[in-house]
Amino acid sequence: MTNLEKYNQAFIECFEIGEDQLEGLEYQAIPTWDSVGHMGLIAALEDAFDIMMDTDDIIDLSSYEKGKEILAKYNVEF
Amino acid sequence: MLNYTDILSREPYSLEKEEKHAFLTGILAELTRYHYANCELYKRICDAKGFNVDMINSYYDIPFLPVRLFKEYDLRSIPAEDVKKTMTSSGTTGQQVSKIYLDRETSAIQTKTLTKIVSSFIGKKRLPMLIIDTSAIIKNRAMFSARGAGILGFSMFARDKCYALDENMELDVEGMKAFLEKHEGEDIFLFGFTFMIWQHFVKELKKTKYHPDLSRGVMIHGGGWKKLLSESVLSEQFKQELNRVCGITRVHDYYGMVEQTGTIYMECECGHLHTPIFSDVIIRRSSDFSVAGIGEEGLIEVVSVLPKSYPGHVLLTEDSGVILGEDNCPCGRLGKYFKINGRIKNAEIRGCSDTYAAKF
Repeated sequence: MTNLEKYNQAFIECFEIGEDQLEGLEYQAIPTWDSVGHMGLIAALEDAFDIMMDTDDIIDLSSYEKGKEILAKYNVEF
Repeated sequence: MLNYTDILSREPYSLEKEEKHAFLTGILAELTRYHYANCELYKRICDAKGFNVDMINSYYDIPFLPVRLFKEYDLRSIPAEDVKKTMTSSGTTGQQVSKIYLDRETSAIQTKTLTKIVSSFIGKKRLPMLIIDTSAIIKNRAMFSARGAGILGFSMFARDKCYALDENMELDVEGMKAFLEKHEGEDIFLFGFTFMIWQHFVKELKKTKYHPDLSRGVMIHGGGWKKLLSESVLSEQFKQELNRVCGITRVHDYYGMVEQTGTIYMECECGHLHTPIFSDVIIRRSSDFSVAGIGEEGLIEVVSVLPKSYPGHVLLTEDSGVILGEDNCPCGRLGKYFKINGRIKNAEIRGCSDTYAAKF
């Protein structure tokens, strides 16, 4: 799997959504991406890329696009 | 306009009295005008008091709303469709609960602030977290209790989580053993509500004879002492007993409420609750609501820069307390430090720990 596929899959599985919903997706824009869902997403991303994110980054990860920027800090390239 | 990125970029205990006064007055005056313009009920309260929102020289002068008001009225400064989350206070059965309406912005700055304050105590590194509660508490996602929100908010500091109690509030010894084995030699973050820790952790560990080694642990707990005080358990004894059952030495209480989520008051190494620069505590005499001096007991008013989606930035609580000093705590943190003496007579039982404890 490419990094993008892994990244997408984390969102799709955590939030029970389709791939077509990913672009432009923001925190709290859908019921499943609430604060509980958010921690689930973080856990999924950390597992998928074997990283540990800082608390500041967890808070800043507020959209599908923003997440890619943040993961770049952890040397995950898309 | 209010710039929270700028406000929250500051260190939580970094301002001396005069600087903090100017900093808070600027922000809280702007917030007052914002709520005045956006919440009809708030406007009516200010008008009724003859308060001029364009002439605010000190945040001490801004009218305080009693916390009770959030039970009786729907107070918000945003349109209904912008409400993303409704937080409720923990009330025992039969009590009315407060409803706090949050939009995306307010919810986000609450989390950021909590992170800033707590990480100044436990560090920025995320730790394995032992939650002294049951996972059942966060199962209902739609309506959040203060207890669930507290656990979730503090989960931000966790890397791997373990709930110490099962769904029947029984100690999950096997689960804990496995978790602590996995993280042997690491610092562990423990979080829970005061009464739950006492009732289901300390007392149970004594019974089971299981003595986990949590000497590298740091515990944060909050939610009320009422029930423990009625069992004559004081802060010192709580810490001693905890130390006896699991070897933990770093234990921090905190004071906070759902009406001002985010700006919590953490207990330092010297046992004092501290005000960060994002909020403050003013003690008022119950006779005439004038400002009490250092060392003088009175009602606790709390102010916070965070409440933007609802007019909860200046509130009078039903707790009584006393300011112990300002800018001179031996721990080195600036700002006022204080202690809580209890709840005023006839006040409702509230607090995450206390409402749960009312069942015992």
